[in-house]
Amino acid sequence: MRLGVFVCHCGSNIAATVDCAAVAEAARAMPDVAFAADSIYTCSEPGQEAIVAAVAEHGLDGVVVASCSPRMHERTFRRTVARAGLNPYMFEMANIREHVSWVGRDKERNTAKATDLVRMAVEKLRRNRPLTPREFPATRRVLVIGGGVAGIQAALDCADGGLEVVLVERTASIGGKMAQLDKTFPTVDCSSCVLGPRMVDVAQHPDITLYAYSEVAAVSGWVGNFEVSIRRKATYVDWNKCTGCGECIKKCPAKDAPDPFNAGLAPARAINIPFPQAIPKKAVINAAHCKQLTTGKCGVCAKVCPSGAIDYAMTDTTVTEKVGAVIVATGYELFDPTVYGQYGGGRYPDVITSMQYERMLSASGPTGGHVVRPSDGREPQSVVFIQCVGSRDRHIGRPYCSGFCCMYTAKQAILTRDHVPGAQTYVFYMDIRSPGKGYDEFIRRAMEEYGVRYVRGRVSRIFPKGDRLVVRGADTLMAAQVQVEADLVVLAVGAEHAPGAQELAATLRVSIDEHGFFLEGHPKLKPVETNTAGVYLAGACQGPKDIPASVSQASAAAAKVLGLFARGTLASDPQVALVDPRRCVGCLKCLKTCPFGAIREEQGRDGAVRALVVETVCQGCGVCCVTCPQGAVQLQHFTDDQILAEVEALCRTPLPTCG
Amino acid sequence: MSPAFAYYPGCSLEGTAVEYDRSGRACCAVLGIELTEIPDWSCCGSSPAHAVDTVLSGALAARNLGLARQGGFGGVVTPCPNCLVNLRTASRDLDDPDRRARINALLSTPCEGGLPAVSLLQALHEQAGPAALAAAVVRPLAGLKVAPYYGCILHRPPGLMAFDDPENPVAMDQLLEAAGAEVVAFPFKTECCGASYGVPRKDLVMELSGRLLEAAADLGADALAVACPLCQMNLDLRQDQIAASRRRAFGIPVFYFTQLLGLALGLGRADLGLDRLVVDPGPALRKLGTGG
Ligand code: SF4
Ligand code: SF4
Repeated sequence: MRLGVFVCHCGSNIAATVDCAAVAEAARAMPDVAFAADSIYTCSEPGQEAIVAAVAEHGLDGVVVASCSPRMHERTFRRTVARAGLNPYMFEMANIREHVSWVGRDKERNTAKATDLVRMAVEKLRRNRPLTPREFPATRRVLVIGGGVAGIQAALDCADGGLEVVLVERTASIGGKMAQLDKTFPTVDCSSCVLGPRMVDVAQHPDITLYAYSEVAAVSGWVGNFEVSIRRKATYVDWNKCTGCGECIKKCPAKDAPDPFNAGLAPARAINIPFPQAIPKKAVINAAHCKQLTTGKCGVCAKVCPSGAIDYAMTDTTVTEKVGAVIVATGYELFDPTVYGQYGGGRYPDVITSMQYERMLSASGPTGGHVVRPSDGREPQSVVFIQCVGSRDRHIGRPYCSGFCCMYTAKQAILTRDHVPGAQTYVFYMDIRSPGKGYDEFIRRAMEEYGVRYVRGRVSRIFPKGDRLVVRGADTLMAAQVQVEADLVVLAVGAEHAPGAQELAATLRVSIDEHGFFLEGHPKLKPVETNTAGVYLAGACQGPKDIPASVSQASAAAAKVLGLFARGTLASDPQVALVDPRRCVGCLKCLKTCPFGAIREEQGRDGAVRALVVETVCQGCGVCCVTCPQGAVQLQHFTDDQILAEVEALCRTPLPTCG
Repeated sequence: MSPAFAYYPGCSLEGTAVEYDRSGRACCAVLGIELTEIPDWSCCGSSPAHAVDTVLSGALAARNLGLARQGGFGGVVTPCPNCLVNLRTASRDLDDPDRRARINALLSTPCEGGLPAVSLLQALHEQAGPAALAAAVVRPLAGLKVAPYYGCILHRPPGLMAFDDPENPVAMDQLLEAAGAEVVAFPFKTECCGASYGVPRKDLVMELSGRLLEAAADLGADALAVACPLCQMNLDLRQDQIAASRRRAFGIPVFYFTQLLGLALGLGRADLGLDRLVVDPGPALRKLGTGG
């Protein structure tokens, strides 16, 4: 075997603390190494061309590059090696940047360590075998989970791109948080005028199947071939018959059901259609509040429904759909401000959340667009907004910035002046973060044109005084305590992960971050991918985002899915486990431990039971390999032989003498 | 079965707050909470020591925790929030091997590890609870409007104290309600009364305590209920000064919450040390029909 070693300087990233020429020199003495060189930027075009040329010139069978993390450039170099005519798996990478030059300052010892890592890579490469991915067909359908603005955009983009789309929405209507908004920043245009037609497009698109009031229960399979079971929750109304006329709602005597669409500002009937523009516009019975379902005494809606749509005996059903890719767009939840006892949210009726205020501003909201105090229905003359409620506070486990509260607060303060001319508006803020297009100008308008008074500082306490509220806080620019009397206090609540995100992540086998948001494949280079092939992210499920950012990411996710299916077939990753049937004794311990369900039981021609790895499901995690008592399962490209060879290579060098 | 607690009174309860000690013990006795005073207890190391050297203050508190451990107790109850902060801090430090070694270097009898410490309020709330209290009430505080004032450190820092809501605590409210009192929604439950500024910045005390008394008066409270010797002394003893500086008379008696609970439990005035209050509690108590 003839191997080539390329030691990268990475400019000064590596060369500053590693003697790259000496590492190359040492490599020349390693077994099977026929060529070794150091280069300034191995990943650059001349760097890669040098590899291609060396393979030809020296008749190399494999290549080691000692440079950065394989997460960065392994794919790049595999392609280079393939271009040089070798199998892409006849390549190894030694990480002498993150693992050496960036973490150690002693050049001599760094050089020794880099040499060790190269030696390990060479020993592994000597045992590498060419691997070939398999081509398999993909189901050209995509599942979009979540029907907010991101899910809607992703579904429409995919469907317009020629894919069949299955859209699953947990609530009774698509539209998500955006449908609840009155206006959007910084244009102050009507939210439902922007979103409404898109919702209708979803309903009318021939290639989109919408399951509203449904949840993803289970997902099996792999990229290109997922099987999804979707639980359709009982609505107690036959949606094929329901015309959305609303007769039932008018007559329903149970008037105390929660109304999440109006953020709890007004109660709803037990049978309800979430909002006038709902898609689908169908009634749903809230079983917990329906008199017929709880006590058996009512049945009014069944009597009045002109289409005979009511069905009290309805139960949950499950449908199964086959898809090739999944886009997660489950959005976010708003922070519960009762965590802050000092603000009195939940105790004082006139301390409300920004979403409640938004519903109040909306002409289709419970007050018909009138700004009033929940306590006595009076129009407030002084409204205080408090920003960063549930954002940037590590004491309550929310150290991150929610990103959009600065902007929606400015919008609400501006709208307040439109609804209640002459009202005083105050905004307590920590910093103003308004980096989007037209955003900072918008904040300026709030301050300068609308006279919104911005006070930089935290509020320490809100307490009642007579029928008003006193907001006490600090003005950190004045270095003084301030106290403002308010008729209404609006808490600009931050964003947190959607409920059930963790369970969904487990179902999809993708990761979530420490705050419960879905984790992207790479923060810079794979912002819409996950670590599970075929599963993509769109919108605020990945972190707080405003509407433009959610829509952009949704289109990006759709583009990724379209790209995935563009070639007709997909290639499997050959770095998977493989069972040696001669050693397998059929104990099936591996089947039990595989976290991805990639191992099947198989009966051989001799009648004996053995394990079989389903190549396309296997993620190459290696759990089965360490479980197997026979050593019968081996991970291709990371066999016991290869790993032991690396360990031995490391142990051969004498330990350095310390300090 | 409630665990036997070691009782750590702390220095104030021997001096300025004797009535807190007396009324607290009496309430616990009626409600079946057994308190055994830590034998030979010493200073907890709060105010002066921890400002000088946290290891020293840790050792002072650890000595007392060690004695409680040796006595076989599972926890320590203390009425004073200052002692509580220090005992809890020491307990946490004792669970850290490094800190423990430094603390134990100062002690002749090393302490092996931390021991839970709770306030008297927490003990009464968790071991007896509002329901049991209500059942034991013989003379409900009906007609008495009370503003519950917890003080600034009884629940803080929240991570360390880990009891109730640090911004809107309710434990004392619930106990007082169980005792039949009308509890007002006191907005400044956890604001600072400024007591520790008593010497260097009297103007601050007048401002901070003044706010508290004014809010209580505006809410029509007949009395304040407190759980801290320093708050009590400050609001009670200085009430005339505060009134003068605010040009407003208050006359609001400042009870330890245990005194009020004790009254409801039918304990005698002498058992509760009511005669030690500076602002005359008579007018407020006459509302109860218990005589002045
Ligand atoms: S009355 Fe019948 S058709 Fe009309 S909205 Fe209700 S369920 Fe649908
Ligand atoms: S049966 Fe239930 S949903 Fe229908 S009208 Fe009666 S309470 Fe309302």
